[in-house]
Amino acid sequence: MLDDSAFDLRKYLNNNGQSAGVWIALVALIIFGLLRYDNFGSAYNIVSFLNYNSMFILIAIGMCFVIMTGGIDLSVGSVAAFTSVCAAYLSPFGIEVALPGGVLAGAVIGGINAFVIIVMRVPPFIATLATMLGAKGGALVISGAQTISVDWSSNFTKFGMEKAFGILPWTIVATLVVFFIAWIVLERTPLGRSVLAIGGSEEASTLMGLKVNRAKAFVYIFSGACAGLAGVFLASSYGAGQPLEGIGWELSAIASVVVGGTLLTGGLGSIPATLAGALLLGLVFNILNFENGKGTISLSAYWQLVIRGGFLFVVILLQTRVIRKRQAVS
Amino acid sequence: MTQESPVLENSGSSPAKLGSFKFDLRKHGGLLALVILLVFNALVTPNFLQPQTLFVNISQVATIAIVAIGMTMVIATGGIDLSVGAVMALAGALAPLIFLSPFGVEYPILGLIAAFTLPLFAAAFCGLFNGVLVSVLNVQPIIATLILFISGRGIAQVLTNGNLQTFSNDAFSYLGTGKILGLPFQGWLTLLLALIAFWFVRRTLFGRYLLAIGGNKRAALLSGVPVRPVTILAYVICSVLAGVAGMIVVAINSASDAARNGNLMELDAIAAAVVGGALLQGGKAPIFGAILGAIIIQLVKYTLLANGVEDEVALIAKAAIIVLAVWLQQARKE
Amino acid sequence: MALPLLTAKSIDKAFSGVAALTSAELQIEGGEVHGLIGQNGAGKSTLIKIITGVYRRDAGTVEFDGGEASFINPREAQSAGIATIYQELNLVPLRSVTENIVMGNEPRKWGGLIDWKTANSQTKKVLSDFGLDLDVERPLGEYSTAIQQLVAIARAVSLNAKLVIMDEPTSSLDDKEVAVLFGVIRQLKQTGVSVLYVSHFLDELFEVCDRVTVMRDGQTIGCHQIAETDKFELIAEMLGRNIEDIKSAGMTDFGGGEAKRGEVLLQADNIGTDNRLRAFSATVHRGEIVGLGGLLGSGRTEAALALFGVDQLTQGRMVFKGEGFEPDDPVTAIRSGLGLLSEDRKAEGIIPDMSVRENLTLALLPRLTRAGQIQRGREREIVENFVKALGIKTADIDQPIRELSGGNQQKVLLARWLATEPDLLILDEPTRGVDVGAKLEIQSIIREYVDRGCGVILISSEFEELVEGADRIVVLQDGYSVSELENPGISEDILIAAIAHHHDEVSGANA
Repeated sequence: MLDDSAFDLRKYLNNNGQSAGVWIALVALIIFGLLRYDNFGSAYNIVSFLNYNSMFILIAIGMCFVIMTGGIDLSVGSVAAFTSVCAAYLSPFGIEVALPGGVLAGAVIGGINAFVIIVMRVPPFIATLATMLGAKGGALVISGAQTISVDWSSNFTKFGMEKAFGILPWTIVATLVVFFIAWIVLERTPLGRSVLAIGGSEEASTLMGLKVNRAKAFVYIFSGACAGLAGVFLASSYGAGQPLEGIGWELSAIASVVVGGTLLTGGLGSIPATLAGALLLGLVFNILNFENGKGTISLSAYWQLVIRGGFLFVVILLQTRVIRKRQAVS
Repeated sequence: MTQESPVLENSGSSPAKLGSFKFDLRKHGGLLALVILLVFNALVTPNFLQPQTLFVNISQVATIAIVAIGMTMVIATGGIDLSVGAVMALAGALAPLIFLSPFGVEYPILGLIAAFTLPLFAAAFCGLFNGVLVSVLNVQPIIATLILFISGRGIAQVLTNGNLQTFSNDAFSYLGTGKILGLPFQGWLTLLLALIAFWFVRRTLFGRYLLAIGGNKRAALLSGVPVRPVTILAYVICSVLAGVAGMIVVAINSASDAARNGNLMELDAIAAAVVGGALLQGGKAPIFGAILGAIIIQLVKYTLLANGVEDEVALIAKAAIIVLAVWLQQARKE
Repeated sequence: MALPLLTAKSIDKAFSGVAALTSAELQIEGGEVHGLIGQNGAGKSTLIKIITGVYRRDAGTVEFDGGEASFINPREAQSAGIATIYQELNLVPLRSVTENIVMGNEPRKWGGLIDWKTANSQTKKVLSDFGLDLDVERPLGEYSTAIQQLVAIARAVSLNAKLVIMDEPTSSLDDKEVAVLFGVIRQLKQTGVSVLYVSHFLDELFEVCDRVTVMRDGQTIGCHQIAETDKFELIAEMLGRNIEDIKSAGMTDFGGGEAKRGEVLLQADNIGTDNRLRAFSATVHRGEIVGLGGLLGSGRTEAALALFGVDQLTQGRMVFKGEGFEPDDPVTAIRSGLGLLSEDRKAEGIIPDMSVRENLTLALLPRLTRAGQIQRGREREIVENFVKALGIKTADIDQPIRELSGGNQQKVLLARWLATEPDLLILDEPTRGVDVGAKLEIQSIIREYVDRGCGVILISSEFEELVEGADRIVVLQDGYSVSELENPGISEDILIAAIAHHHDEVSGANA
């Protein structure tokens, strides 16, 4: 059993092309965009691109931790919608309250996921599917199924719309902070290594004496908190708590994680590559927008959903093909 | 009485000790829930004991039950299909597109036939897509079906440009509004499909193979079970049944709405299958259990709605039911 | 005399009602190397897992290092000073060698962050004691099973434990690596660390152990100073037989073994697959049992998988019943007249929730089907016949197979294949983990079957089973068939010699 997995793996790792590939694709797309569109490299496009995609980067980072343990979190989109409503309600108290409040709300739902998965032993996808439903219901209940306008008189919207020290938007700064923390936690702390070990073999990790349940609880709470922060961004950047947002976000996040070379079965993963994956997916949409603008294609908003699915499909095909090809080589 | 319940049915192995009638909450929980729901409604919900209530519930439960039958078969292989709701939307969007098309208007009969069959082919293709991803490319079922879960509905919306399509076509609407012996047509259809599925699972080679794959895939493979074709067939059946359900929803409303048709159906169907006794790890396919599960899910929805509880709260209640059902199942295993 | 380091008394453990241990005992002194032997299913692994907190005992007491020890998980046992190398090699192949060694005890620097530089150098140092020089930052899975095994041992040693438990540590090591391991064990002993050494290889026990405990059917049968016992006594205790019988008659029930060799049934010529089978050749005639001998990982099971169409051939050719033969999958293999009783009954054999009837007819099912529908009358008839003929103990043919004992489950699986009436039946560890009685019955069923003019390929880790059961034995090493022995005339010693000392000739034969 152990030898089988080792067998596939040797091929898979030797090539390492997967995570190099995402960077190459990213650079290629950027060059393509720069050459083809006038405003592609404009400060406005770059900032609004990063601002919008910071939400997806955040949930992708959270999702990456979950997937590295071999789990899945389908609730992230609904959680972001829920916390955007929470943040909108808290906005009169300013960002100092609304941001921790939103993150906490997300972390609590993540905690519920963790409880249901670890203590009640419900499979992750069922548990998070249920919280997806529950968070959506919760968002609709507390908002009365309406978008909730934020309080524009407090500093809440400044977070989403203004720049820190006049350089970068606050959302991007916050995303970078989360990114670096996540990176260090994964690479440099026992907790991060436990996450990877659990995904590699939960049984072996238990027998090695690792705190398996603690690490699993961490990833779901962390994923919930990341989605919570994304919800705060949503409310702050777009001026409203939006209970109906978040559809298909889990798919984007999963696709970003997988394109970054993380194995869906867990045990292997990288935070920078996940960032690259999220940026790549965002760039695909950015370029399609430009094409729409140029009039070469005309895609309705509904295509977004189709393209997200198509993107994941292609990524999965590539991952399987890479594994197979390497097997054939030796 | 309880020991004859369909929930007990488990892959043909008759319980060794029929003598002990001990009431087991985990085993008979579904039936108990049904009884409680019925009694509660009879006492509390106004007009519950009217024939009209029965009709409404039968016509609503039919779609859940039909999808749950397919979901039960997929779960029996140890898989899951998240795309059923999206497939409903797709099939539901296609049918009116076909009979409202110039071709369909010019040749109403042919158009109608095409409107009944082509969406099912499209659904079957979705199932094929899922099945191939799962069994040939070895993608985990959740991820594989997540693609169509999002994109399938997107395709349906692209096809209809996101518009509500209304129509009036009595022949097609019969699917959702017709009556036989005073009961809704789709109720009879559900019963028929359930009987066929039951026979299929219990008496045929395919059924035995289905359960063997879910029970122990490696052992099944080594015993000469054609694992891939059987798994793909399970996903195809599930998608086709979802397509049927999607068309029924459209027929009931005389309108197709790609954004809403089948929305969250995957949860209803999984919940129905699990409440009905399907094991998520596979190996069990209690068809009539799934029907019972569907009835319970429908009754919960109806009860909340009829007593003035908001739709949104009903979502949370449903989430709780699913978690509870799976938890009880896990607990039973240990 | 000092207190023993570990005392386990009257340990009971049952899994879903089936007793795995009944008042098992074990006592280990400080600084001793203690052997633990018993057949598969004797309860050795269960006992270890109870000591190390993987399982909870139903009854009994464990004292470790002068205190009551009721570890609720392996972490507690580990921090109390018990390091364990499990049989199934519990490491994480996806992660680096360093991570696998330091996991749970990573060296830290400022801020509590892991100091990978120190971790890597520590790992290199620990491994150098084993004579290993690896790139410790590469994933463990890139290295051979033997190296992984040594890494597992290095991890245990590096934990500064008071007791190191080794469950079948040498199963995939060659002579040189075994010698290194023994050196490490003696070193541990000198520093006062105790070692619990579980092994099938009796010779190893005599080389390295001070005392040995014998288990059988979940019970502790005896404990001896190694100097005061001999191989026959240990074997007799393990099997529950009389020493004299063993010395004279042998231990299996394969009967005569005088081959009435018929025509050639199967010929495999230098076949290889991607799954560690490099070049395997063998010939099977009708009416004979051909054994495959070799260590774990030598390619015996892989050869079976290739013959049965599970793994595709990358080289070589096969002739079966006079025709070229290359099955794409088990379906075609079965249709051509092959059967494979797989090695791991639980993972690859039974479908636990299905009934005895459904399990028994699974491979036969296509022939029991008319227009897609199963002919239930015929199915019952066939099942009832087999239940009677093989003496399968079941309350009812509709009883779920998981409720049967191991031996009866194995008989059902054997019947699954006999029912398809294959010309060639491949049996991979047919008697593993079944009680002695069932074992003998299964062996005589096999012999009877061969006498009807069919062929059998027998894979077994129990040497006596091979030596007495097989008419010929093909010996495998590292995926190559390296030699062939012929009965009468094979003894266990000859077989062991063939298995163990062929390395040079392998390279020679392929030069």
